[in-house]
Amino acid sequence: MIEEILIAAIARLIADPSAPPVRHVAVGAASAIPAAACWLNVLQGADMRLSLLHRRTGNPFSEGSRELFDLAGQGRIDLFFLGGGQIDGEANLNLIGTGDWPGTEVRFPGSFGSAFMYMACPRTILFREEHSPRVLVPRVAHVSAPGVSPPGIWRRGHAQALVTGKCVFRFDPLRARFTLASVHPGESVDSIRAATGFAFDVPGEVPETAPPTGAERALLRGAVADRMLETYPEFCARVFGRRMETAA
Amino acid sequence: MMLIDLDALAARVPDGALVAIPPDNSLTPAALARALVRRGVQGLRLVGVPIGGYAMDLLIGAGCVAEVETSAVTLGEHGFAPCFTRAVKQGAIRVHDATCPAIQTRLQAAEKGVPFLPLRGLLGSDILAHRPDWRVIDNPFADGSDPIVLLPALVPDVAIVHAALADAAGNLWVGRRRELATMAHAARITLATVEEVVPGNLLEDERMAAGVIGAAYVTAIARAERGAWPLAVLDRYGVDEPHLADYAKLARTPEGFLAYLDRFVRAAPARAAE
Repeated sequence: MIEEILIAAIARLIADPSAPPVRHVAVGAASAIPAAACWLNVLQGADMRLSLLHRRTGNPFSEGSRELFDLAGQGRIDLFFLGGGQIDGEANLNLIGTGDWPGTEVRFPGSFGSAFMYMACPRTILFREEHSPRVLVPRVAHVSAPGVSPPGIWRRGHAQALVTGKCVFRFDPLRARFTLASVHPGESVDSIRAATGFAFDVPGEVPETAPPTGAERALLRGAVADRMLETYPEFCARVFGRRMETAA
Repeated sequence: MMLIDLDALAARVPDGALVAIPPDNSLTPAALARALVRRGVQGLRLVGVPIGGYAMDLLIGAGCVAEVETSAVTLGEHGFAPCFTRAVKQGAIRVHDATCPAIQTRLQAAEKGVPFLPLRGLLGSDILAHRPDWRVIDNPFADGSDPIVLLPALVPDVAIVHAALADAAGNLWVGRRRELATMAHAARITLATVEEVVPGNLLEDERMAAGVIGAAYVTAIARAERGAWPLAVLDRYGVDEPHLADYAKLARTPEGFLAYLDRFVRAAPARAAE
């Protein structure tokens, strides 16, 4: 299952000791794969607070939807996940649309909190399953949130990586450029090049994205699925083969 | 407390009003939105706090809306909001794109009665480039240069909300959904539908008081059982996902959307249920 590989890839990025530490991660709506990656780390013993924003009951916050942004503004959210209708080679995100402002050709839903969270969080993992030239473009039509900022502009961090359905790119904010870090099974440097609209660096050896270990897979289908069944029933049935009735 | 019926509540929203509306996951006044469509309200300027969904899309599709300020309009797992998307492409509505904390900060400025508040982020975003009403200044407290965005206070003419409870004193209870309190505090008037009216005064119950919007902010209340349907109310009932999926499918075409209006908004049975 490609989803389990994506979960494992994101879980390893979260745990990367060379990146700023994650004490508190927040996961937004419709983010089953990032949520599963966070649970996998927590259930393997990571000392990390996990705030799942989409929960209808037992939501982590009590001050309304502004509390997430207040926390991030203070520096109390260490990692957030963002995507985009378009993402370019400098990690700019477009959640507005294409054509003239405000998206007269294709209109995306809108920027949500991206214009703030991308700059307030020490780390962002970009996640977009569709890996195609229409999503990964040379230059976004509109910038919801910039990938890098000039010196003197307040900013705590940048994209750590971009995870797609085909590969993992690492991002270097000093050079504003992606490097291919690993390709998922069945993909190659050439197939990634063909599907990517922006230029990126390729090291001499590009490994295959490591699948989950046997123990990780068991954890995903067991304890992780237990915690995700209520919010993501369709996802858990399809990916983990788990249904609500069988939940403990 | 002023308890009126749903259509009388809808009649209190003037044409052209600046109306703040909660997102789909936070006590959305969906029955009131349908009553507004039936009343044929025109030229609304909607503010999604901080985003819009089903209710906003419905009002846009029914031709009730001139402008929206929002950080997104989406049906979540059911995809793009079809009427919003169509209206943007056709230029039928004016969109003021924002980012979630900017809308919250503008309402908080109104809550405090100050003309503006600063917000971090936004620099380098095209959202800022398209907001001539927002300003960038140099932080006067910094040692060196430190540009920061100032956002003007946003005072809605009307906040519309759905609450789980109203009490005899006219207080609303919204639990932890405090963005509804921010809306009510910031707006000139607040119109509320409620699931249930209970006797007594919720502010005298220490376990309930923190989830209350005080009666001082609440102008009029109508009882609307299942008034957020097809959306959820806290732990009382969940989202009617099959209905939202049907809406998303029907609203993809103007004809389908009209069929939806006929069946679920204008039809007598739906009205009786509300």
